[in-house]
Amino acid sequence: MPDSLTTTFGTTPAAAGPAREPFRTTAGGRIDRARPLAFRFDGKTYAGVQGDTLASALLANGVHLVGRSFKYHRPRGIMTAGSDEPNALVTVSRDAARTTPNLRATQVELYDGLAAISQNRFPSLAFDVGAINDRISSLLPAGFYYKTFMWPRGFWDRVYEPLIRSAAGLGRVPTAPDPDRYLQRHAHCDVLVIGAGPAGLAAALAAADAGARVILCDEQAEMGGSLLADRQSTIAGRPASAWVAEALAELAGHERVTLLPRTTAFGYYPHNHLGLVERATDHLAAPSTEVPRERLWQVRAREVVLAAGALERPLTFPENDRPGIMLADAAHTYVARYGVLPGRRAVVAAANDSGYRAALALAEEGVEIAAIADLRRAPSGAWLDAARKAGLPVQTGMTVTGTSGSLRVDGVSLASVEDGGEVGATRDVGCDLLLMAGGWTPSVHLFSQSLGKLRFDEALQAYVPGIAAQPIRAAGGADGEYGLEEALSGGQRAGVEAAAAAGVSGASPRVFVTVSPPADTSSVLGALPHPTASRGRDPSRVRAFVDFQNDSTAKDLKLAVREGFRSVEHAKRYTTTGMATDQGKTSNMPMLGVLSQAQGKTIPEVGFTTFRPPFTPTTFGIFAGAARGELFDPARRTPIHPWAAAHGAVFEDVGLWKRARYFPQRHRNGAAEDMDAAVARECLAVRQGVGIFDATTLGKIEVVGPDAAEFMNRMYINPWAKLGVGRCRYGVMLREDGFVLDDGVVGRIAPDRFHVTTTTGGAASVLNMMEDYLQTEWADLQVWLTSVTEQWAVIAVQGPRARDVLAPLVDGIDLSAGALPHMALAEGRICGVPTRLFRVSFTGELGFEVNVPAGYGRQVWEAIHESGQPYGITPYGTETMHVLRAEKGFIIVGQETDGTATPDDVGLGWAIGKAKPDFVGKRSLTRSGMMDPGRKQLAGLVSADGQTVLEEGAQLVGDARMNVPMSVLGHVTSSYYSAVLGHPIALAMLAGGRSRHGETLYVPMPRGLAGSIAPIAVKVVPPVFYDPEGTRLDV
Amino acid sequence: MSDLVETAELTEAETIGADGVSLEALPPFARFIFRGPEGAAQAVTEAFGISLPREACRARVAADRAALWLGPDEWLLLAPQSDEAAIADEATSRAGALPFSLVDVSHRQVAFRLSGPRAATVLSGGNPLDLDLSAFPVGMCTRTVLAKAEIVLWRTGPDSFHIEVWRSFAPYVRDFLREHMREFGN
Amino acid sequence: MLLIPCPFCGPRPELEFRYGGQAHIARPENPAALSDGEWAEFLYLRDNVRGVHAERWRHIHGCARFFNMLRDTTTDRILTTYKTGEPRPEAV
Repeated sequence: MPDSLTTTFGTTPAAAGPAREPFRTTAGGRIDRARPLAFRFDGKTYAGVQGDTLASALLANGVHLVGRSFKYHRPRGIMTAGSDEPNALVTVSRDAARTTPNLRATQVELYDGLAAISQNRFPSLAFDVGAINDRISSLLPAGFYYKTFMWPRGFWDRVYEPLIRSAAGLGRVPTAPDPDRYLQRHAHCDVLVIGAGPAGLAAALAAADAGARVILCDEQAEMGGSLLADRQSTIAGRPASAWVAEALAELAGHERVTLLPRTTAFGYYPHNHLGLVERATDHLAAPSTEVPRERLWQVRAREVVLAAGALERPLTFPENDRPGIMLADAAHTYVARYGVLPGRRAVVAAANDSGYRAALALAEEGVEIAAIADLRRAPSGAWLDAARKAGLPVQTGMTVTGTSGSLRVDGVSLASVEDGGEVGATRDVGCDLLLMAGGWTPSVHLFSQSLGKLRFDEALQAYVPGIAAQPIRAAGGADGEYGLEEALSGGQRAGVEAAAAAGVSGASPRVFVTVSPPADTSSVLGALPHPTASRGRDPSRVRAFVDFQNDSTAKDLKLAVREGFRSVEHAKRYTTTGMATDQGKTSNMPMLGVLSQAQGKTIPEVGFTTFRPPFTPTTFGIFAGAARGELFDPARRTPIHPWAAAHGAVFEDVGLWKRARYFPQRHRNGAAEDMDAAVARECLAVRQGVGIFDATTLGKIEVVGPDAAEFMNRMYINPWAKLGVGRCRYGVMLREDGFVLDDGVVGRIAPDRFHVTTTTGGAASVLNMMEDYLQTEWADLQVWLTSVTEQWAVIAVQGPRARDVLAPLVDGIDLSAGALPHMALAEGRICGVPTRLFRVSFTGELGFEVNVPAGYGRQVWEAIHESGQPYGITPYGTETMHVLRAEKGFIIVGQETDGTATPDDVGLGWAIGKAKPDFVGKRSLTRSGMMDPGRKQLAGLVSADGQTVLEEGAQLVGDARMNVPMSVLGHVTSSYYSAVLGHPIALAMLAGGRSRHGETLYVPMPRGLAGSIAPIAVKVVPPVFYDPEGTRLDV
Repeated sequence: MSDLVETAELTEAETIGADGVSLEALPPFARFIFRGPEGAAQAVTEAFGISLPREACRARVAADRAALWLGPDEWLLLAPQSDEAAIADEATSRAGALPFSLVDVSHRQVAFRLSGPRAATVLSGGNPLDLDLSAFPVGMCTRTVLAKAEIVLWRTGPDSFHIEVWRSFAPYVRDFLREHMREFGN
Repeated sequence: MLLIPCPFCGPRPELEFRYGGQAHIARPENPAALSDGEWAEFLYLRDNVRGVHAERWRHIHGCARFFNMLRDTTTDRILTTYKTGEPRPEAV
């Protein structure tokens, strides 16, 4: 494949108008010959018509070769007409970004200008160098990769896997971001009907008649399923397709019915929750950007009717994979529905009447039927009679022993099977089309996904839905009811029952009078009989494909059995059969047949593999939905955010919040300060004058009730009973295991009312834990919690001039040290609005935190900023806040603590209410390991050179020699340059840290040449670097 | 509208329209969360002028006030902004010695009205509840989710929903709904 | 996505709930009276049930109540839900 998709898709116009389609019939089908479309495949322009799929349009142009196989690079053609297609995977591209690989050509609706390319070939489909794999196929048996690329171990990731991946293959992902939109929708219904063939339509009509809320989905563009290609049958006296139109019109008229064409039910989840993907615009030449490309429907259905039909089974015979070898029902669909002849001279290998139906339809359009090789020994019935009457050459008791042709089948070897099972002499028949009718496989994938048990039906030689694990019932082909009459009545019954089970009933059942030729629908399993001696052919090169997409053969499966893979799940994985993107739709039953033969077991004894979502491949887009870009996550912004943005703040994410990190100033030359310069300036401003900081994101909980103090006593390590009204206290909360969970200042507003603050990130989890204890352990306490995080905007004003700034603005609050000492609070007004004003400091300076109702946050902020102008008030961000608190040795939960720190570890043992009999986490603190003096403890560090700012997270060791391995004593938790001190500072969690003050330790850091380690010497000091006496709080 | 993404502020009523659905930011209300036992609920009923709904997930409206059941001991009270102080005083005086919690959350959240025949469809883009009238009748209210935001959803009419959301999540909720209105011609 | 019958609000989608671990593990009345081993058992040891499991859930984006639920871990079938404080019902 060329490196650049554009060379293939090109933009150059087609040299000449597309040629007329040589394999298009003159009339009939559901296409619109009056609306011609042009499309490109591998750079060549072709003609199609409205109503085509890419597959039908290619066949109309005689193009069968559409891909190379995954492993052997064998030429492959279109095998099916639906979502079960294993071979015809293509990349469809509107542009470099809107490029979708691995689409089934059988499901791609044609539009004018569609551009598609084939995959897994280089340089071209007809000449592919990778086809060498086919020549050496005897060297590539099952498990080849596992056996060959074992050694050396390290080569797997770096050498073998990339090579194998580039050689094997599917399409390539686009390199540009996906510009399309994807949305999701939750939906609810009484009855979800999956599949709009005869059974599904009948089920939907019955449920709708009863008054149920119904969703009917079908993966195809047109609803109707098999009826769309049914020329023989009538329902209620009308042709099948006319009945479909009437049924759909009737359903569309029901207010409580939702019709979802182009919608695949791809996943079945617990409690009857299903995932559906609706492809809304892929079929349009110029889709609107206002409509999402795809929509994920998450449907909660009271009842599900699975009417997904049945899939035709390929036959397992040598070289059954050449282009031009197709399922009989697919060929019938192409003729009857799309007006396309898949060949001129056909051989039909049939295990049932499906082959006859296809042969007759083809013959009617002038296709020569070279042979109908019937596998049955003594078939009979209307279809056989019709074929004989039409003069078609029918031979019974036959088998297929091989095919010929390079890029297209050009001959078939047929042989008779004697009574004893002996295969007779072969006869070669020339053809350009070989049809396979191997029987039917009910499409039970979603039933299996729903955890329902499947049952093997001996008569059908197929698994059918057995015991359901969820409210689901199958009807029609999915339930093994292949006849039209059965499907309609089965569908109707399922619809009535489903509606009744959903609590809706009252419909009068309909009677569908159908006329439809009876058909033998029997199935075969396992490889077809073939000669024991292979008569001049190299037996190692005779391959009968089971999984066409993953290139696994009957021989691979037999080898797996010989090598001891007895479980079907193991044989499947070893050979990768059924594990390709088609989920084994065509290969699953043939695999079981071959395993059954190889093991000498019955099919039920062989067992069954589990189907998993998705039924067909889905885009990532639908799972992301609208959650991209701005809508990926809510971006929480404070009321002060716009002011900060307008003043040049650089923001950082703290949980979902956007917080101002620093406020770089512009130099005269227009360049902005870097972060270090801005933070140093902001820090000094707070230490020397006054700073203003947006602390709105702090979590806030109002704890109210007569037992509020008792509740606080139990939740926090601190004592609360004696905290006076109008006073605050720094509170620490543990988990029950004794480790620090959260901290924050708590103010007592009234005897029965506390204003609790939490960390920004801990707001939700703290409230959840408080509610947990209150609801489940202490239901007797009369106390109630309300989150007020977003009720209050919080403006911290910190620094020696803080009081001067605020004093002119407050009303009814005395800010003097006597009236409002450190750790006191007052209620009153500021700038005319209500406030809870706390005198607290997270900087070590005189400080206040002004709480105002959030809607007033910005105007109060601006007023304070204005009032602070004479004092040089400086807005500062989270980075400066971090430095200032580190200078004071204040911890940040989640930075100094990591879920394994006790209060004592981080120097907060003083906060514990020693007299309290119990609080959350108390008992854990007395476990021996929690009191070990060697635990990591909070300590300060200064670099010996007075210059190096350590890296946060760096390890600490005691040995300067840097011999590996080293004993690690602790790690750096916070590290900054302190402008006020003029040197770097750091906080660390260090084993026995409090007893190491004065010691010199080392921080090993990679330096210079790769792998070399150099130590940075640090001195251990107490964690309070600045104003250890706390004198600055009370200026 | 783009201003709001910047400002995260929703102070002025404004409307986003599409075919069959429109989204309107509502002006401020006085809001309280009342939590407490039965006796106190009765006292608040008298103070507030609406009997607090005891039935789960139901709202009661009287004149220009509403009481929304949020949990078995939690109600959201909505009233005109000017009533804010009066409600708090009245409730406190009527309750007497009965313990309860009444917390002013007027500024904690903001409100939208989503209305029109497609309102439920648009909501279903991010809300997992069955919004059919039979399952979510007029007068039903509940805390729930809209994609990644928590909301209080209250059906005020067959085609009309009142949405309460914490103020910092409001731009997300508005933009999420607008994204789902696009295909209807917004 | 499970459909969980909240004892207060009725059947609601799992998106509104938060799982809360195994049910019926009461915090000891007097933790100080427990040995380290007994306390560790309360803190850390939980059942890993194949079959019917009693577990705590919270309707956090709904009525905000904690409640208990009997769920079959092999099928996700919910046998019943009941309010906190009520005894575990007989498995249905």
